[in-house]
Amino acid sequence: MGVAIRVFVLLLFFSSTIPTFSLFEDQVGLMDWHQKYIGKVKHAVFHTQKTGRKRVVVSTEENVIASLDLRRGEIFWRHVLGTNDAIDAIEIALGKYVISLSSDGSILRAWNLPDGQMVWESSLQGTKHSKSLLLLLNAEVNKDNAILVFGKGCLHAVSSIDGEVLWKKDFSAESVEVQQVIHPLGSDMIYVVGFVGSSQFDAFQINAKNGDLLKHKSETLPGGFVGEISSVSSDTLVALDATRSILVTINFQDGNISFQQTYISDLVEDSSGMAVILPSSLTGVFGVTINTLTLFVRVTTEGKLEVVEKIDQEIAVSDALLLSEGQQAFALVQHGGEKIHLKVKLGHNWNSDFLRESIEMDNQRGLVHKVFINSYIRTDRSHGFRALIVMEDHSLLLLQQGEIVWSREDGLASIVDVTTSELPLEKEGVSVAKVEHNLFEWLKGHMLKLKGTLMLASPDEVAAIQAMRLKSSEKSKMTRDRNGFRKLLVVLTRAGKVFALHTGDGRVVWSHFLHSLRKSEACGYPTGLKVYQWQVPHHHALDENPSVLVLGRCGQSSRAPAVLSFVDTYTGKELSSLDLAHSIVQVIRLPFTDSTEQRLHLVVDADQRAHLYPKNPEAVGIFHRELSNLYWYSVEADNGIIKGHAIKGNCIGEVLDHYCFDTRDLWSIVFPSESEKIITTVTRKLNEVVHTQAKVIADQDVMYKYISKNLLFVATVAPKASGEIGAAMPDESWLVVYLIDTVTGRILHRMVHYGSQGPVHAVFSENWVVYHYFNLRAHRYEMSVIEIYDQSRADNKDIWKLVLGKHNLTSPISSYSRPEVVTKSQSYFFTHSAKAIAVTSTSKGITSKQLLIGTIGDQVLALDKRFVDPRRSINPTQVEKEEGIIPLTDSLPIVPQSYVTHALKVEGLRGIVAVPAKLESTTLVFAYGVDLFFTRLAPSRTYDSLTEDFSYALLLLTIVALVAAIFVTWVLSERKDLRDKWR
Amino acid sequence: MAPIIRSKKPVIVLLCLQLCLSFLNPALAITTGSGDGYTISGRVKLQSMGFGAKGFILPGKISDAKVILNGGQSVTFLRPDGYFSFHNVPAGTHLIEVTAIGYFFSPVRVDVSARNPGKVQAALTENKKGLSELVLEPLREEQYYEIREPFSIMSLVKSPMGLMVGFMLLVVFIMPKLVESIDPEEMKRAQEEMRTQGVPSLASILPGAARTN
Repeated sequence: MGVAIRVFVLLLFFSSTIPTFSLFEDQVGLMDWHQKYIGKVKHAVFHTQKTGRKRVVVSTEENVIASLDLRRGEIFWRHVLGTNDAIDAIEIALGKYVISLSSDGSILRAWNLPDGQMVWESSLQGTKHSKSLLLLLNAEVNKDNAILVFGKGCLHAVSSIDGEVLWKKDFSAESVEVQQVIHPLGSDMIYVVGFVGSSQFDAFQINAKNGDLLKHKSETLPGGFVGEISSVSSDTLVALDATRSILVTINFQDGNISFQQTYISDLVEDSSGMAVILPSSLTGVFGVTINTLTLFVRVTTEGKLEVVEKIDQEIAVSDALLLSEGQQAFALVQHGGEKIHLKVKLGHNWNSDFLRESIEMDNQRGLVHKVFINSYIRTDRSHGFRALIVMEDHSLLLLQQGEIVWSREDGLASIVDVTTSELPLEKEGVSVAKVEHNLFEWLKGHMLKLKGTLMLASPDEVAAIQAMRLKSSEKSKMTRDRNGFRKLLVVLTRAGKVFALHTGDGRVVWSHFLHSLRKSEACGYPTGLKVYQWQVPHHHALDENPSVLVLGRCGQSSRAPAVLSFVDTYTGKELSSLDLAHSIVQVIRLPFTDSTEQRLHLVVDADQRAHLYPKNPEAVGIFHRELSNLYWYSVEADNGIIKGHAIKGNCIGEVLDHYCFDTRDLWSIVFPSESEKIITTVTRKLNEVVHTQAKVIADQDVMYKYISKNLLFVATVAPKASGEIGAAMPDESWLVVYLIDTVTGRILHRMVHYGSQGPVHAVFSENWVVYHYFNLRAHRYEMSVIEIYDQSRADNKDIWKLVLGKHNLTSPISSYSRPEVVTKSQSYFFTHSAKAIAVTSTSKGITSKQLLIGTIGDQVLALDKRFVDPRRSINPTQVEKEEGIIPLTDSLPIVPQSYVTHALKVEGLRGIVAVPAKLESTTLVFAYGVDLFFTRLAPSRTYDSLTEDFSYALLLLTIVALVAAIFVTWVLSERKDLRDKWR
Repeated sequence: MAPIIRSKKPVIVLLCLQLCLSFLNPALAITTGSGDGYTISGRVKLQSMGFGAKGFILPGKISDAKVILNGGQSVTFLRPDGYFSFHNVPAGTHLIEVTAIGYFFSPVRVDVSARNPGKVQAALTENKKGLSELVLEPLREEQYYEIREPFSIMSLVKSPMGLMVGFMLLVVFIMPKLVESIDPEEMKRAQEEMRTQGVPSLASILPGAARTN
C-alpha cells in the first residue's frame, strides 16, 4: 500500500512539472541536424579580383541573397527576403557592396560584401508595372558611382555610397514599354529603348550626369514587335516582328532609327515554330531558339545577318564576360550522353573554341539551366575559366579544369511534400571480434564521459568526448533500430526530384529525378504535388521493399493530366510510372491494403470521377466490399462551398473501366459569400493513434472524448478582413469557426470571434483543435482551443450500470447517428505570428502532446498541450492542480529553452512534420523551408529509456563501491563474530 | 512641479534639447511618402541592454535581425545603426515584429493615420506600454540552452546512486552507534532474545561465513 502511494506521489510529481524541451549547449547536434540551402540560383556575380577570399554572390528563386565561398561552396552569409520581395537583379558596386533590386524594381538595397550587413535601403517610387533593370555606371562617368535602376516605369540614378536618388526620369507619361537601358562604354549618354503599343519603337537619349532628356526619336514598324530585345552593340538591337518570322535589326545611331528585316527562313531551312530571342549580352552576336534549334547569328557592320553556329540541342549560354584585353568571352554548355561539354568562346573569334572541357555529369541532375562564367589568370598568364552551372534539379555546381569542384543540392530548399520510410532490417550474425572491439571502445568512451561529468577531463578530452558523441556511428547506420529513430525522410522538391534523407545525420541516401516530372515535349510544366507511402511491408510481404507514390500533374491548372510514379525507398529506383488520362484534384488514402501491402488510393479528377489505384482485381474486390462506407468531402474555397461525396457506381462510358467510379453529392454547405470566406480547413491525421477515449477528471469523473475521423475544422472570415492586418476595422471583421461532420454534413459546433481575422493556422488532433489567428481589438495574436466531448456516453459513470451491463459502451457507434456532443473552448494571447502549427505524435498515443509552432522568426516552439486546455481556470482547486491543470493566464508562455530549434533558424519555414518513433515517449520532428531541421522530441521526457548521457560508468562505479563495501563489512563482521566467540 | 516654478531656465534648455533631438531624428516618425502610402521608420537597439548580459549568448548580430510588418507582408533589415523603414504603408493600424536570435521583442502596434501624418502612435502589445518614438528594444534576452551545473559533491549525493550509497553508509556506521547508545542491560536482554530466536548476522548469510559457525 505504502509503495502504491509513493508511486502515486511520484507520478503526481512528474505530472505537475511541465517538461520543456530544454537542451544543454553541448548536446547540440546529438539528436538534431540542420542544413542550410539557398534555392535555385537566378543570378550570380563573382568577386574574385582582390586577393583574399574569393566568393560568388547569388540570388535565388526562394528570394535568398547569399555570398558563397568559391572554393568550397559554403555560405558566408545569407539573407532571406520576404515572400513577395522577389529579387530582380544583383550587382557588385564599388567592390564592396552587393546591390540588390527587388519587389518589381521598387526596393534597392546595398549589402556589405564581407559580412552581409545591410548598408542602405532605398525605396523607388513609381506608378506603372514594368520591367526591372539594374545597371552600374562607370566610375569615370559619374563621381558618385551611380547605379541606374529602371523600375515601375521610372529611371532612377542612385548613388551607390548612400542610396540617395540623384535624379529621376519618369517614363510612365510616354506610355512606353521600356525594354532596355543601354550605356555605351566610356560615354556619358544613356539610351533607353522600348515599344509604344505593339509597333512603335522609341529611343531616348539621356545625359547620365543629370538625367536630362537630350533626344527622343520614334519610328513605327508596320509588322509590329513581339517579345524580347537583344542588344548586339551600343547602337544596334535585334527584335522579332509580331509573326515571329522576321528578325528586325534596329539601328538608332545619331538619333536616326532604321529597321532592317531578315526572314528567319532565309537563315535556316526549317523555320517552323516559335522563335525566341535569347536574352544575352554578346557583342555582335545574338541567339535565337526555334523549338530545340538554337542559332547564333552575327550582325555585320552593314546590318546584315549571318548564321555562325547551329546547335540542335538544349544548351545554356552564359552572359559575356569582359576579359582584360577588351575582348569578350562567353560559355556554352551542351549535353552529350553522360557528359556535359563546356565550351568557352571569344566574342571576335567564333569558329574556334578557346576552351573545351567535358565533365562527367550525374544523369540525375537533368539538363543545364544556367551557366555563369568567371575568369582567372593562370600561372602561365593565360586565361582560365570557372563556370557555375545551375541544373534542372536546382543543384548548383562549380566547374573548373574539367572537374566538379563542389556541388550543392539546393533543390532541397523547395520541398513540396514529405513522408517517411523504414530502413532495411539488420542482417543476422555479428562477428565476435567486432563485439569485443566495440565493448572496449564502449568502456573507454564511458570512462571519458565519466571524466567529463566529474569535470576531470582536460580540454583535449572534452573535445574528444564531443567528437565521439557527434560521430557515433550508431545513429547513421543504414539499418532499422529498435527505437525507430533511424528512418528515411522521403522528400519531393519543386524541381520534381525525390530525395531520401537519413534521419541520423541528414545525409542524402539516394536521389532520383523522376522522368515523369522532367520537362518534356509531352509535359511542358510538370509540377510535383504529393508523396505518399505506397507499400509498407509488414507481415506477409516482408521480402518486398517499401515504396512511395509520387503524384504530379502536367501543368499548373487542376485540369491538367496527372502523373504517378512509384519509387523503391531502399534503392531509390523508379519502379514504374503512369501518365494518366485524367486530372488530379484530390487524393484519398483508403485504410485498406491489398495482399502485397499496397495501400489503396482513390484519385478524384476534375470531372468528379474517382479512380482506384493500384489497378488490380484484388483491390477492386476490397474496394467493392467497403464501397458503402466510403465518404469524402471537397472544399471549393472560391465559391464558399463544402460538399460531401460518396461513390455511385462504375463509370458510365464507352469503355468499361473497372477502376473508375462515378460519384454523387450527398450534402453541401454553402457559406454566404457576402459575409464569410473560407480560409482554412483542417482534419485529423489519418494515421493518428488515440490511446484512451475517456478522460478522467479531477473529482473521479469521466469525460468521453468525441473521437471521429470524420471531423473537419473550417475557418471563415469576413471578406473585407481577408486581406492584410490593418486593412479592416475591428467592427467589420469576424472569424467564424466550424466543426463539421463530413459524413452527414452536420455542423457540430460554430463559434464567432468578433473583431478577429486571419491568417488562421490550425491543427486537429484527437478530440481537440487549436488555431492561431489575429485579434484586431487587442491587436495581438490569439490561440484558441476547442475540445469536443461525447455526451451520449457520459452516463456510463455509474459503476452499477457497468456491472449490470446496462451501459451503452458496447453499442455500435455509427457516423450516421446524431451525436450528443459538448464543446469547451478557451482563448489565449500568443506573442508571435505563426507560419505553421503541428502536433507531436507518438506510436501508441500515450505520451502527452506538444504543439509545435513555427514562429515568424523561423524558430519552432514546443508548447505543452496543457497550456491550451479549456479547463484551465484562474484558481484551480487542489484536486485540479494535482491533475495537472495550470492556472489560467491571459497569454501563453514562451520559454526560450522550449524552442526545438534552439539557437538555430529554419529560414523560410514552411512546414513541420512530426512522425512517431517506435519508442513511445519519442517523436521525430522535421521542419522544412529554405533550411532543413530535424530533431527528436520527448514531450514527457524519455520515461521509457535511459537518456543518451546516462552515465553507465557511474552506475558501474557505484556497484563496485557497493560490492567493496559488502566485503569490507563482511570482514569486519567476521572479526567481530570471532571476538565475540572468544569472549 | 515645484522645481519648475522655482527655476524656469533649465526646463527651457531641456525643452530646446528635446526639440533639437526631435529635429535630428526625423527618421523616427511616420512620413508621407511621394507614393500612395506612408513610410514607417524606426530604430532597433540591440547592444545597449542594461540588464541580463550573462555572456552565454552570442551577441546578437545586427545583420541577422529582421523587422516584419503585419506577419510577413513585408520584411526589412537593419542598417548598421539599427534604423529601419517600411515604405508604401497604407493608413491603418499595423503590427511590427522584430526577430533576432537571442532576444525577445514585443510586437509593436503602430497607428498610421491620414489625419495627422508625422505623429507616431505606437505601443508594445505585450505590456501595453506606449512609445513616444519608434525605438524598439528587446524585453529580455533569450537563453536557449540549459546551463550545465558545475560538478559538485551535492549533485553526486543527490543522484539516485549517491542516495543508495548514502543509505548504505548510514546503516553500516550509524546503526551500530545507535545500538551502542541503548542501555547495556536492555542490550543484553535483546541479544539474548536474538540468540534464542537465531536471527542471522550478516556473516552467517554470506556463504563463506557458514564454515566458521
